[in-house]
Amino acid sequence: MGLNIFYHFGRYLLLLKSAFAKPEKFSMYWKETIRQMYDIGVGSLIIVFIISIFIGAVSAVQYSYQLSDSFIPKYYIGYIVRDSTIIELAPTITCLVLAGKVGSNIAAEIGGMRQKEHIDAMEIMGVNTAGYLIMPKIIAAITMIPVLVCIAAFVSISGGYMAVVIPKLLTGEEFIYGLHSFYVPYNVFMMFVKAFVFAFILTTVSCYQGYYVKGGSVELGVASTQAVVYSDILILLADYFIAMILTF
Amino acid sequence: MIRTEDIIKSFGETEVLKGISITFETGKTNLIIGSSGAGKTVLLKLLVGLFKPTAGKVWYDDIDFCNIGKKQAREIRMDVGMLFQGNALFDSMSVEENIAFPLDMFTNKTKAEKLARVNYCLERVNLDGQNSKFPSEISGGMQKRVGIARAIVLEPKYLFCDEPNSGLDPKTSMVIDELIQDITYENNITTVINTHDMNSVMEIGDNIALLHFGKLAWQGNKSEVLTSENDTLKGFIFASPFLQKLRQTAIENPK
Repeated sequence: MGLNIFYHFGRYLLLLKSAFAKPEKFSMYWKETIRQMYDIGVGSLIIVFIISIFIGAVSAVQYSYQLSDSFIPKYYIGYIVRDSTIIELAPTITCLVLAGKVGSNIAAEIGGMRQKEHIDAMEIMGVNTAGYLIMPKIIAAITMIPVLVCIAAFVSISGGYMAVVIPKLLTGEEFIYGLHSFYVPYNVFMMFVKAFVFAFILTTVSCYQGYYVKGGSVELGVASTQAVVYSDILILLADYFIAMILTF
Repeated sequence: MIRTEDIIKSFGETEVLKGISITFETGKTNLIIGSSGAGKTVLLKLLVGLFKPTAGKVWYDDIDFCNIGKKQAREIRMDVGMLFQGNALFDSMSVEENIAFPLDMFTNKTKAEKLARVNYCLERVNLDGQNSKFPSEISGGMQKRVGIARAIVLEPKYLFCDEPNSGLDPKTSMVIDELIQDITYENNITTVINTHDMNSVMEIGDNIALLHFGKLAWQGNKSEVLTSENDTLKGFIFASPFLQKLRQTAIENPK
């Protein structure tokens, strides 16, 4: 088991090395990158929007409930929703969800290509398949996922606003005042660092799972599931280390 | 010309190819035949570089294909076309995009030049006007022909076909066989076909190599197949009473 981890990690690093080799033709890679950016970015907007609005709403209502009998000013709800969203909820929850949506999709797409001999066909043509199939996905993900996380943060805070202002748990002015209080721009930097790292993890792990798939549809299903499970675990692990590194 | 020299290929403890030495001649259709599990596909994948041999060498003319750098291997692969058993057409691309893929990736031709080449290849495989169709919208035989068109679009010096007749009716199989043979003769390329289709053997077998449990059991051409006394060949080709009768007739009436 222990040696198996080293085997997979070594193979993962070698795959990444091949993925970042010089492209055969820049224009083909660029075209594929744009397609991936659209799939990952635009294709994930609705799910990110839905998840974010509810996370913001629920967290605002929960904070409101917990602070209701305390002497802590109500505007703190806006402040807590903002910081918890920017620092943790937007990057982490969004990327965990994207690991499910985008990660499983990537693993199934590449795995399907492996099983249908598409990858072999490209190899025989002389295409660096790791480069052509993986590099555009990584570039697309590390470009679009931070944008999605940014949108998620905005929508989540908006959801929080609506969830507490509409039922009059606090006024709109109080919530906005809370949003403006104790603002630390460094937290936004932390959000983008997390988004960037998580995007890299979920894409590369999913590509790895798909690229080396063997067997038939059952194995493809397993690879797709593993892509999500391993991405989620590694995202949470990375979340901890980033928090440790960036807050000390 | 492609030549293998004492090729051995093992997967774990299982030795699939046990010292194969064959020469595949230029301008001829070279067939690899054998029953399932004989090692045909493994040999074909070794020839195109998808597998590395455990021992032995693969020569492309005077180049040792197993001991060259990535750059030189890529240069050789530019001269290789391959038709896969399952066609390996990209589902999300149209027929035209599938055929144009190698041109897009490796040439600096203009759009018009690429389209002209794609149309020529489509015409060559009798599929003119099917540019905008997707693989799922055409029949198995047409997919094979698109696969051939894509394989020849870069004007390869070597053409490999893995079971080109699998899943096709006898008439369509014959069309595919004739097409491959015509392309081989017209362009003087080295064609290697992996098959267990007896019609192909009798129709287009310029050079035939029979593999049996990973060993080269027999070599010859289509005119020698009917009269050969090789037991492995007889056991493989003349398995059915009808073919046994055919062989007997051929021996009794050689003309």
